[in-house]
Amino acid sequence: MLTIGLPHYLSLAAILFAIGIFGIFLNRKNIIVVLMAIELMLLAVNINLIAFSVQLGDLVGQIFAMFILTVAAAEAAIGLAILVIYFRNRGSIAVEDVNLMKG
Amino acid sequence: MPTAEFPNLFPALPEIFLLVAAMALLMFGVFRKDDEAGPARVRCSRIVARLCILALLCALILVVTMNGSDRVTTFNGMFVVDRFAVYFKVLILISSALSILIAQDYLEVHRVARFEFPVLVVLASVGMMLMVSANDLMALYLGLEMQSLSLYIIASFQRDDQRSVEAGLKYFVLSALASGMLLYGSSLIYGFTGTTSFDAMAGALAAAPGEAVSLGALIGIVFILAGLAFKISAVPFHMWTPDVYEGAPTPVTAFFAVAPKLAAIALLLRVMMEPFGALTVQWQQVIVFISVASMALGAYAAIGQSNIKRLMAYSSIGHVGYALIGLAVGNEAGVRGVLIYMAIYLFMNIGAFTCILSMRRRGQMVVGINDLAGVSKSNPMLALALAIFMFSLAGIPPLAGFFGKLYIFLAAVQAGYFTLAIIGVLTSVVGAFYYIRIVKVMYFDEAEEVLDRRMDRPTALVMAATGILIAIFFIIPDPLLSQAQAAAQSLFGG
Repeated sequence: MLTIGLPHYLSLAAILFAIGIFGIFLNRKNIIVVLMAIELMLLAVNINLIAFSVQLGDLVGQIFAMFILTVAAAEAAIGLAILVIYFRNRGSIAVEDVNLMKG
Repeated sequence: MPTAEFPNLFPALPEIFLLVAAMALLMFGVFRKDDEAGPARVRCSRIVARLCILALLCALILVVTMNGSDRVTTFNGMFVVDRFAVYFKVLILISSALSILIAQDYLEVHRVARFEFPVLVVLASVGMMLMVSANDLMALYLGLEMQSLSLYIIASFQRDDQRSVEAGLKYFVLSALASGMLLYGSSLIYGFTGTTSFDAMAGALAAAPGEAVSLGALIGIVFILAGLAFKISAVPFHMWTPDVYEGAPTPVTAFFAVAPKLAAIALLLRVMMEPFGALTVQWQQVIVFISVASMALGAYAAIGQSNIKRLMAYSSIGHVGYALIGLAVGNEAGVRGVLIYMAIYLFMNIGAFTCILSMRRRGQMVVGINDLAGVSKSNPMLALALAIFMFSLAGIPPLAGFFGKLYIFLAAVQAGYFTLAIIGVLTSVVGAFYYIRIVKVMYFDEAEEVLDRRMDRPTALVMAATGILIAIFFIIPDPLLSQAQAAAQSLFGG
């Protein structure tokens, strides 16, 4: 019978993390998707930490995950606030339009 | 039942003081502000800015007076105070105070003088101090995020300006990506060493000298390195720097170019030397690559720039490359070189930005290099100051910038890294071209329309003070050298 062990959790986290990175770089449509991709990366890290924490029988990983959740919430709040003022200025939140400065 | 011991708060007193002061000032600003726009708001922002500088200076005194010469840890070993931390905290507090000082006039001219700005700078400084004192992956992450969250806001502080907002957005996305990578690395390190504490990690990684290090831990180190390279804007993670430096309000750019870099370099030094010190052979190659690439890009990409803020961005990338030579060398002399370099870099950069802040034409900020034409006649003091900073950034003796480079290259040569030192010298020659071009524009080009003569007093004062410091450093280098020496020693357990 297949048991779900540490390697499975690590693979899942690695895949989610990769999706998060690709979400930031390949997405050309919407900045909100970028925010979602950032969140996905942080959650992948949480899965990693909690899996390791259970494996090692050590609580530190879970405490770390709690801190990450808290900080991710603050980060999302600030990210959305910047997005709102960006939309107010430009009337668009398409990634392609973020091009005032280049070089 | 395990009980938690109440931690010794004493070593963290400067941070606690600053944090309480920032919250008190926030409250003060909120309850004092009575109308949305107008003179009352500006007055309030002035008072808060002064109080913030005062708080930073008090914290500076606390940092200096409370430091014994030994290493103290508290909060279960998560927070460490040693000579190294004290050295960087002093630099960070100085740069934050100077940034607030030179920002006020700009903010008033651009009608964004809000009391939140200095408070955010103070909060960012607390985050940076935590980074410098971090002795655990968790403390590292929380300090870093505290800094970053404040910086996102001040990058987009001029919220009606499209460029500022775009800079804030870019900085936010890329910095969050960097934090994500750093965290992923931290989680792998935690999994493969079983601890987040730097001290325990050093023990776990050094335990088996003959054995190969686990691949997971190595990947973790690479991720952490990538995350930190973003924060110090080293190649290949530098893409955000020119855009953010150009778009952000100029005093914010001045702050960005100095304080967060100091903190991130300090963090990088501590992480690489303390917990990962046993793996020097593994990470050295990466640092050498990053260093050479940063120096080269900083030298070549800046040549074609016409915007002086963008030029300073590329210049800062180059300077990080030089500082990283010291880390790549990886011994005490190298670290001492980095410490000296960063201190000198602080004063050169703040000084150069005071000059950029003083570039106005009919009350409007200008940032083109060509706008500097004829400044030597219309505003000789400004021209002289900017010339000093540019020569110093280029590393021309006897200015301070030369000595910064000298100690780094010396450490590299003594340890046998001749190639690194030679590449460093060659790229500084290339870099000298664009620094000296600015001097040439100021002194030899004819102006179609001259810049304003007006300069606000705090900015002029900071400009004069940093200029004099840079110019006379070679007469009295000893205080800085001995402090840097002691700080470097403390990192190597001396």
